[in-house]
Amino acid sequence: MYPQPFRYHRPNSVKDAITLLTELGEGAKPLAGGQSLIPILKMRMDEPSDLVDITRIPGLNSISTDNDLIRIGALCTHAQVAMSEAALTIPVLRDCAGGIADPQVRSLGTIGGSVSVADPSSDWPALLFVLDAKIVCQGPEGSRTVGIRDFIVDSYTTCLGDAELVTEIQIPQPPANSGGAYIGFKKAAPAYPAASVAIQLTLDDAGKCKEISLALGSAGPKPIISADAEAILKGNKLTEELLKQAAEKLVAESSPPSDARGSAEFKQEILRSLFLKTAATAINRAGGSNIDGTHDYV
Amino acid sequence: MSDAKETIEVEITVNGKSVRREVEPRLLLVEFIRENLQLTGTHVGCDTSYCGACTIILNGEAIKSCTLLAVQADGGEVLTVEGLEQDGQLHPLQQAFSECHGLQCGYCTPGMLMSSLALLAENPDPSVKDIRKRLAGNVCRCTGYQNIIKSVQSAAKALQEG
Ligand SMILES: Cc1cc2nc3c(=O)[nH]c(=O)nc-3n(C[C@H](O)[C@H](O)[C@H](O)COP(=O)(O)OP(=O)(O)OC[C@H]3O[C@@H](n4cnc5c(N)ncnc54)[C@H](O)[C@@H]3O)c2cc1C
Ligand code: FES
Ligand code: FES
Repeated sequence: MYPQPFRYHRPNSVKDAITLLTELGEGAKPLAGGQSLIPILKMRMDEPSDLVDITRIPGLNSISTDNDLIRIGALCTHAQVAMSEAALTIPVLRDCAGGIADPQVRSLGTIGGSVSVADPSSDWPALLFVLDAKIVCQGPEGSRTVGIRDFIVDSYTTCLGDAELVTEIQIPQPPANSGGAYIGFKKAAPAYPAASVAIQLTLDDAGKCKEISLALGSAGPKPIISADAEAILKGNKLTEELLKQAAEKLVAESSPPSDARGSAEFKQEILRSLFLKTAATAINRAGGSNIDGTHDYV
Repeated sequence: MSDAKETIEVEITVNGKSVRREVEPRLLLVEFIRENLQLTGTHVGCDTSYCGACTIILNGEAIKSCTLLAVQADGGEVLTVEGLEQDGQLHPLQQAFSECHGLQCGYCTPGMLMSSLALLAENPDPSVKDIRKRLAGNVCRCTGYQNIIKSVQSAAKALQEG
């Protein structure tokens, strides 16, 4: 399978990349790890005139923590995030990054590419929703920072303007007594998940739920959230009964497509049980347990 | 769509030798390796980044060469299955796959070897779980995987004993 011919450019700075993308116009696209774009081009689902390879731009592939913010450069690969120091303090980053596809794809695919492609089946968006991440974008008009919930507009649609690039993903450090978990369900490593659940919560001294954020992935055009489901849990002790009620509310908001990964009914059934499993891990982590490897795709 | 048929010069070190070629930007790395360099040990199975038959090492990391453009590897170092053998001696991984029946038809084997090589470089004493996780992107229709795992364990032992 061959993509249509295109021209190839390799700028050395974000500024040059933006200038190139502006000059080349609508037919031009950025290229990062290529792990979504190259399959799309090979299947001729897109035929760009020009690819602007941004992977050699320095400064976009480091992970740092300053004060209360974890900053992940857009070009950081999934493998790099999974093995980062930040992932030691927030293990949910490793759950997500280390569960994406297989080692080969994780070595090339980037977090910036993942959020930009906004594939409804991908792993990062649901997790970044519950971590309240911010996306730093740079374009012809300058730079801006957008919350992930406004950044992802719809299936395969973001708020990125023409010639605008994602340069960084910012994640606030969760407060003390917080725990998170992200679990995806899939048949084999190189397949996208059929369903996934992301939960981040904070407990108070009495063990009651002080803050909670929930999202479902692969369950609709973009991550599914529900203020009603969160309200059931907030301020309360997280009993199995309440968690089941919240799961029902959340799953009721979902609209997973029936496809090769399963029927909509099957996926909703999976989401219910996955929710309870994910919640149990998040609660245990918030209580100080060191739980490693929430899921294995082998 | 573009009418561009222009080519770009790439320089890639393949199995220790530097090669320069004019390529179309849309040329996939696997085709560059197989068609331009005639190194046909690297296989194309699914051509959709699923099966791992096309796995090679690029700059120290296992990647699927059917899902990377040759121009993206410009300036890089590539190792293919042909680079494993040294002075007529099979690499310990190749030796172990042969001795432990880690292959039947052999179609997946070049990819399995390259993924295993990346694993052993990072983790010289992997557990069965480590091996399974690391080979999760490589599909084999023949062996049922058990003998592949035994092969990697056996190679790890041989390499450690030097
Ligand atoms: C076999 C296989 C299995 C996979 N399984 C999973 C999975 O289980 N879960 C999952 O989440 N993902 C999965 N993926 C996708 C993978 O995570 C990709 O890495 C990711 O979706 C895209 O990142 P990339 O760097 O490869 O982007 P590319 O493919 O290079 O680009 C994707 C799109 O985003 C644009 N883009 C890229 N970077 C930027 C940027 N910085 N700013 C603006 N636009 C940008 C490009 O123009 C393009 O339109 C899988 C991929 C494969 C091949
Ligand atoms: S041929 Fe590349 S993964 Fe199957
Ligand atoms: S030996 Fe035949 S596919 Fe693996």
